[in-house]
Amino acid sequence: MNKLLIIIRREFLTRVQKKSFIVLTLLMPFIFAALIFVPLALAGIKDDSGKQVAVVDKTGLYTGLFQGNAAYTFVEVPDTTAEMRDEDSPIEAVVLISDTLTRRPDAFTIYSRREVSSELLTLVQTQLNERIRQDKLRAYDVPGLDSIISDVQTQVSVSTKKWTADGTERHSDTFVAIGAGFLFTFLIYMFVMSYGAMVMQSVLEEKTGRIVELMVSSVRPFQLMMGKIVGIALVGFLQLAIWGVMLALLLMAAGLLFGQAPTVGMHMPPGTDAAAMQAVQPAEGSSQQLLQALAGLPYAEMGVLFVLYFVGGYLLYASFFAAAGASVSQQEDSAQFTMPVVLLMLFGLYAAMYSVENTDGPLAFWASLFPLTSPIVMMVRIPFGVPLWQEFLSLALLYATSLLFVWLGAKIYRTGILMYGKKPTLREIARWLRYD
Amino acid sequence: MPQPFLSAEHICKRFAHHTALTDVSISVPEGRIFGLLGPNGAGKTTLRRIINRITAPDSGTVMLGGHPLQADDVRTIGYLPEERGLYKKMKVGEQALYLARLKGMGRDEARTALYEWFDRFGITSWWNKKLEELSKGMQQKVQFIVTVVHRPRLLIFDEPFSGFDPVNAERLKQEILRLRDEGHTIIFSTHNMASVEEICDEMALINQGQVVLRGNVQEVKRRFSTGDYELLSAADTLPAADTAYTIVSKEQHSAGVRYRLRKADQATLGELLSRLAAQCELRSFSEQLPTMHEIFLRTVSSTQAAPQS
Repeated sequence: MNKLLIIIRREFLTRVQKKSFIVLTLLMPFIFAALIFVPLALAGIKDDSGKQVAVVDKTGLYTGLFQGNAAYTFVEVPDTTAEMRDEDSPIEAVVLISDTLTRRPDAFTIYSRREVSSELLTLVQTQLNERIRQDKLRAYDVPGLDSIISDVQTQVSVSTKKWTADGTERHSDTFVAIGAGFLFTFLIYMFVMSYGAMVMQSVLEEKTGRIVELMVSSVRPFQLMMGKIVGIALVGFLQLAIWGVMLALLLMAAGLLFGQAPTVGMHMPPGTDAAAMQAVQPAEGSSQQLLQALAGLPYAEMGVLFVLYFVGGYLLYASFFAAAGASVSQQEDSAQFTMPVVLLMLFGLYAAMYSVENTDGPLAFWASLFPLTSPIVMMVRIPFGVPLWQEFLSLALLYATSLLFVWLGAKIYRTGILMYGKKPTLREIARWLRYD
Repeated sequence: MPQPFLSAEHICKRFAHHTALTDVSISVPEGRIFGLLGPNGAGKTTLRRIINRITAPDSGTVMLGGHPLQADDVRTIGYLPEERGLYKKMKVGEQALYLARLKGMGRDEARTALYEWFDRFGITSWWNKKLEELSKGMQQKVQFIVTVVHRPRLLIFDEPFSGFDPVNAERLKQEILRLRDEGHTIIFSTHNMASVEEICDEMALINQGQVVLRGNVQEVKRRFSTGDYELLSAADTLPAADTAYTIVSKEQHSAGVRYRLRKADQATLGELLSRLAAQCELRSFSEQLPTMHEIFLRTVSSTQAAPQS
């Protein structure tokens, strides 16, 4: 058996046989779900202690206007008192109306000992706005004006459809596309980051554990580095595959539960559930449309490109991390080399987030061509449709850079793993590149 | 002397700020133990790495078994680095199997050979233990097995005895001698000069990147001989001066008087002996050869005092 394969096998097996890998892989989707839903649930919990808000109406025009809700009740009082300023006063805030609001809309103030909550502000403002509008309308004295106004107001519901190559129209949904794109972006970011770090960890372990001298007396340093990079990538693919299967099972279960044939779920790439989750609200319960939108995503294209960008991006960053790990003798020293790269990836993630708003804008365009960010940014653009030439150019740049990084990384790695002692300077590392 | 199994010829290696090796040639005879000696930083590690094909020399060639060193030769070489290290989290047997296979052994072949070695060292029960569960000394044994399991014709041991207690060190010494008797060629690198005298046949001393002393260990010792002899006499009866010798030192000993004598150049050993036999009651008489330790210190300090450019 080829030595490279033996190394890949070990790197793969030692990781997937770890209990922590198995447990994390099975738990991660639930942790993610929790990360999404727990804040939502927490935000949903209302503070229903029933705070009192005093209303001081100097004009006498707005008596009985304010309707309380679960959180706030309004009490009308003739004037502010000194006790209201006390810390233990039951009055949370005071709404003061000092003049007729149709004449002076700014004659309205909220006093409070704390920052006024946005909920209270909205509550008071909407009710006041509505009242002022009605007052103003009444001042025109046009009969039936109310119904005219409400007739004019239209709630537009846009239904977006995308022309497909075969000329048919399909229901598309921007939210579904955003969700799917983000999911893929995030997966690539997370995998490249965590598995790249794993490569560095493993290189450092062999170096500090002084295993490497023994290893390079048996195999070429390049074989050792590539074996590690490929072995760890396979661990990543296995994890993705497991999540894919878990998701498919989940969708099938959901399908059976809600009585819908889970035909879409069967062929879905991993992780489309977040897209589905995101799409639930804007689709307003129209599950037929949602399913069509989900089915309308370019899965084949997304799947293929996901794998290509995943592999290219991972190769690029993993080579870098391998070289960084080889250059230092202890973990703490590695930050100097990894920090700029981590920041670059973080920039990629933010660029992806902003690119969503304009998937054909200059930021999206350049960031999805630049090889260090393209694996992250391109994924958000794909569901919206990207010209083929851009995809090809981006991939060509990515793979050319990846191979360059592998080549440079291997040179640094080869010299670095046998160097102990102080952290090398960039100038020294540059010199390693020239050794043959 | 047998044909050299490994020979390094005119090896030069420069690094950015210093020259590690200048025109170094060594020749290791087949089936012998070759001591590679030198103070720290002398260039031993660089030379070992060149023989292991970890680094390439700037110039010079390494011949192994009659042909220039090539990639396949890793199978022919077993290397025990001074800085020991194995995967701490990996099981001992699995790990040994992995390393043996990287040396080019087949799975079954490696397993059989490893079982044999584990059995010989009485450590079969460790097979499924993680390395980190073993004591330092136990880990050393595993490391030794990993070095020799693929039956390399050339073995490179770097400070093999460090970390072993005297009992296990003796055990290891016997294993090394046994390997030599089986025909393995061994390069033995150490600072422990006593062990060099015990087990090395040939040696080379490297200082500041150059070979400053080489040859058969006994020959080298003779070369450094001062012509002193040690004599144990029953009583202090030697005259203070004699034409055949001078007395260097004299000390009272429980079994008599111990003299250190220097033979006069014109006298033969036979003349000296017959003269001494007449002058005292001989208890023992032996040539005083310098220890390797002394030779090492003298050579290193003399080359350091007059560094060659």
